[in-house]
Amino acid sequence: MKNIPGDLKFLSSHEWARIESDGSITIGISDHAQDLLGDIVFVELPEVGQILDAESDAAIVESVKAASDVYSPISGEVKAVNSLLEDQPEIINSSPYEDGWFYKISPSDLGELENLLSPEDYSAVCED
Amino acid sequence: MNKTPLHDIHVQLGAKMVNFSNWEMPISYSSLIEEHNAVRSSVGIFDVSHMAVFDFDGGDQIAFFEKIFANDIKKISKDNKAIYGALLNEQGGILDDLIIYHANDKFRLVSNCSTREQNKNWYEKHAAEFGVRVIERADMGILAIQGPDALSKVSAIEEMNDQASSLQTFGCMFDGEKLYARTGYTGEDGLELILPAKDIKHLWDQALGLGCMPIGLGARDTLRLEAGLNLYGNDMTIDNHPYESNLGWTIDMSDENRQFIGKEALLSIDQSKSQKITGVILQDKGVLRPGYEITHEQGNGVVLSGSYSPTLQSSIGLVRVDQGFKKNGKVVIRNKVLNIEFVSPRFIGQGKIHP
Repeated sequence: MKNIPGDLKFLSSHEWARIESDGSITIGISDHAQDLLGDIVFVELPEVGQILDAESDAAIVESVKAASDVYSPISGEVKAVNSLLEDQPEIINSSPYEDGWFYKISPSDLGELENLLSPEDYSAVCED
Repeated sequence: MNKTPLHDIHVQLGAKMVNFSNWEMPISYSSLIEEHNAVRSSVGIFDVSHMAVFDFDGGDQIAFFEKIFANDIKKISKDNKAIYGALLNEQGGILDDLIIYHANDKFRLVSNCSTREQNKNWYEKHAAEFGVRVIERADMGILAIQGPDALSKVSAIEEMNDQASSLQTFGCMFDGEKLYARTGYTGEDGLELILPAKDIKHLWDQALGLGCMPIGLGARDTLRLEAGLNLYGNDMTIDNHPYESNLGWTIDMSDENRQFIGKEALLSIDQSKSQKITGVILQDKGVLRPGYEITHEQGNGVVLSGSYSPTLQSSIGLVRVDQGFKKNGKVVIRNKVLNIEFVSPRFIGQGKIHP
């Protein structure tokens, strides 16, 4: 059983979203995703100020083996990106839910969170 | 799905298993980069029992190989040695790359997994006129023990013949049905052991007990890429001839009387105009992947194999490209133009990074 924190919401494509106290939403990829990818060696992040639609391409994560798209769980404007990942992308492997976050978004419609998977539902996705 | 004799052991070790040409194979056991580094710095062991093994019986085997193999079997047919080369069709297209071992007056051949049936049919089609019988050895498995400490580990394995650890590079020997050879696909020193499937588990267990790290196909791919060794299906296919595939050195025309399959077609190729495989290093951040388009001042090309190099800690690739390149070129990655440097495809060798 993979580590799945209870305060997150998920896309079935393995991205997580967390509502922060300031109303922004932090986005990253799950522990299950980093385990599937293996050693991560490169990340291409969105630009600060970029407007993303829910489930649109937001980032690229590359392991030694392959490149994968990362989709935005929610619509809004990118407020910050985790520049630490540019030089140390392996942090995503070691800390997918904390130090390995991808970007923060100012959500345009919080109602979209209802479309995301609960930790329980996401856990079932991972076991398929 | 086909399974190697060690399949259940890979699963027990926690390996991620993938479908590789209809074989369920370990891609990595823990971290691909750690596995890669273990082979460069000490020693690792690979189960490559998915590869195809053929033996031959009777007839004029030397004449048979002289006809079907673009390298000249006479280079090894008096010695206990291995030879690498290509199997070509009449058009000079590469059907496969393979190693032929010769020891104790016997030949054994190892070729790729995905081409097994094609090759078997090809060998059988051409063996008949020489009275040679082709024997597919589906009962054989292959282990590779590779890295700077490989030979010292091998010498400590009890049932290994003592002579195995004193083989010269590309030397080989039979010990009953087992074949030991100082060959590999990593750019490191080491041995490949082709042995009956029933004997594999005991040898694997001993090697792990001696500190050999199990290595998956993921690191096998990054290791061979750093060593500049082609992967059939990625870097060359039936639509490529050897001169545009960095295999010109394996084409032996020194014996003018030898008529091997594909020779006529190769003679009509203007090598000064054909594309070449060379190495590239990505100068910017990112990762080279197969299919990316590249350019230089006098032409263009495409990435064949591309990955992150754990040894160079940057991205490297093998490219097929028009001649006339100098030091610098460009690659397009997701609509961005990035810088590449052309280098020898042998990015590393024997643990050293080439300048």
